[in-house]
Amino acid sequence: MNTNLRREIIVDNAENPFHRGLVNKDGYIKANTHNESCIDNIDLYVKFQDGKIIDAYFEGEACAITTSATSIMIRKIIGKTKEEAISLMREYYNMIEENNYDETSLGELNAYSNIAKQPSRKKCATLPFQTLEKTIKISEIENIN
Amino acid sequence: MNRDDFLMLNNDYIYFDNGATTFKPNSVVNKVVDYYTKYTANSHRGDYDLSQKVDYLYEETRDKVKNFINASSSKEIIFTSGTTMSLNMIVFGFMKYYLQKGDEVLITKAEHASNVLPWLELEKEIGIVVKYIPLKDLKVDIETVKNCITEKAKVISLAYITNVIGDIRPIKEIAKLIHENNGLIVVDGAQSVPHIKTDVIEDDIDFLAFSAHKMLGPTGTGVLYGKYTYLDKMKPIFYGGGMNSRFESTKEIEYKTLPLRLEAGTQNIAGVLGLSASIDYLNSIGINKIHEHELELKNYLLEKLKSIDNITVYNKNTDSGIVVFNIDNIFSEDTSRYLNHYHIFVRAGNHCTKMVKDELGIKNTCRISFYLYNTKEEIDKLIEVLKNNKDLYEIIL
Repeated sequence: MNTNLRREIIVDNAENPFHRGLVNKDGYIKANTHNESCIDNIDLYVKFQDGKIIDAYFEGEACAITTSATSIMIRKIIGKTKEEAISLMREYYNMIEENNYDETSLGELNAYSNIAKQPSRKKCATLPFQTLEKTIKISEIENIN
Repeated sequence: MNRDDFLMLNNDYIYFDNGATTFKPNSVVNKVVDYYTKYTANSHRGDYDLSQKVDYLYEETRDKVKNFINASSSKEIIFTSGTTMSLNMIVFGFMKYYLQKGDEVLITKAEHASNVLPWLELEKEIGIVVKYIPLKDLKVDIETVKNCITEKAKVISLAYITNVIGDIRPIKEIAKLIHENNGLIVVDGAQSVPHIKTDVIEDDIDFLAFSAHKMLGPTGTGVLYGKYTYLDKMKPIFYGGGMNSRFESTKEIEYKTLPLRLEAGTQNIAGVLGLSASIDYLNSIGINKIHEHELELKNYLLEKLKSIDNITVYNKNTDSGIVVFNIDNIFSEDTSRYLNHYHIFVRAGNHCTKMVKDELGIKNTCRISFYLYNTKEEIDKLIEVLKNNKDLYEIIL
């Protein structure tokens, strides 16, 4: 992905994030993650049904990297089963950690492929998936499928 | 004031985060190095020349601190690791025994974590009640304080200058009010002692805490001031060497008098001697001149910022060298990263005052905090970079 396209994807999603702000929170599992080394702070709301993520929203204040990555992640996980979402997360983490990864499955998330060059930003880029992982764990514990 | 006195200023940096810490003049660095290279010894321990020299310099610093804040006696000056330790000693070494269940402690939502969390822990521990004085236009208003002081109000604990909005609190008037109620005033001087004249007698302050590193001194060094009558009742948090005069196997124990009773263990001697040099440096310029310089810089910056449309300043009407702002629709941390690209260093975040969002209506901001070495030329460079903020994402992404 070239620099301009990468930047365009991030800025678009940071300025007009997808599914930010949820009015009726009934039936959603909430998890919060904040970045201890800076001030990013995200609440993620996920609705599960029949083993699938049927809806997701987020709230909070965060930098352009975290906000955009959350927006793109939400767009990608709606409609996926928990297993598919976890598999997406693994590929994403592989990319962030500069391991081999499946580029095609990540789509717009490829915009963060060079984040390893800025180690201090890795946390910003992984914050949304860390939060998603928490909601999936809560759903398992509370037996919400 | 000569910028050549600061080696850090030889770098191509514009440092606007003096509320967090300050650069050190060569005289402070040299004083610390001299201790480690010319007269290393422990204090209050030996009869040999080196130790006596260290004792002399260490106690001389106590006198300098006493004069700097106009305390009555150097016995009222305790060296600590910084404001946080000083405030914790006040809360857990004194207030824990002085206050009773149901007594009220008044703070505000704009206080630093170090002046909030110890009180909230004490609330859990012994059942005091921590109350927030509401802010008026982000400031502490004397009439509001009056209304908050009930019969049960025993302590008011406030920063003299807040580290977020930089307002100077009317501490003298507040002290009078709480004293009339038979209560005490605790002052967090971290942001004030380095910038404005402190006079604990004139203001009738019962306890004061501040840090060396925010006033050109070394990190890990600070001061606890307390009126003798209260300080003498403070229980040490630490027990050990240096603070006892004798102890026997029969368990007879005798502790030293002030100030050494509250300074257990080998102290941060290098830090204290560095503080001595930093006080000399500040005195050589004059604290009032420093404050005037900062205000001049603040007004200059505010005037220049008017030429940029998409910047909001949150604290135009405060009297210290702190300016808090955001570029509209840009997260503060992204702004500070953008400025960092040009070697301009500002603080982004909530500045350790996580509750101030309730008052400010906004969680995160960029903070510029000036000190004596900052210049109008540096502000001109900042303005030039801020004017081009449409390029922000191109720079940081």
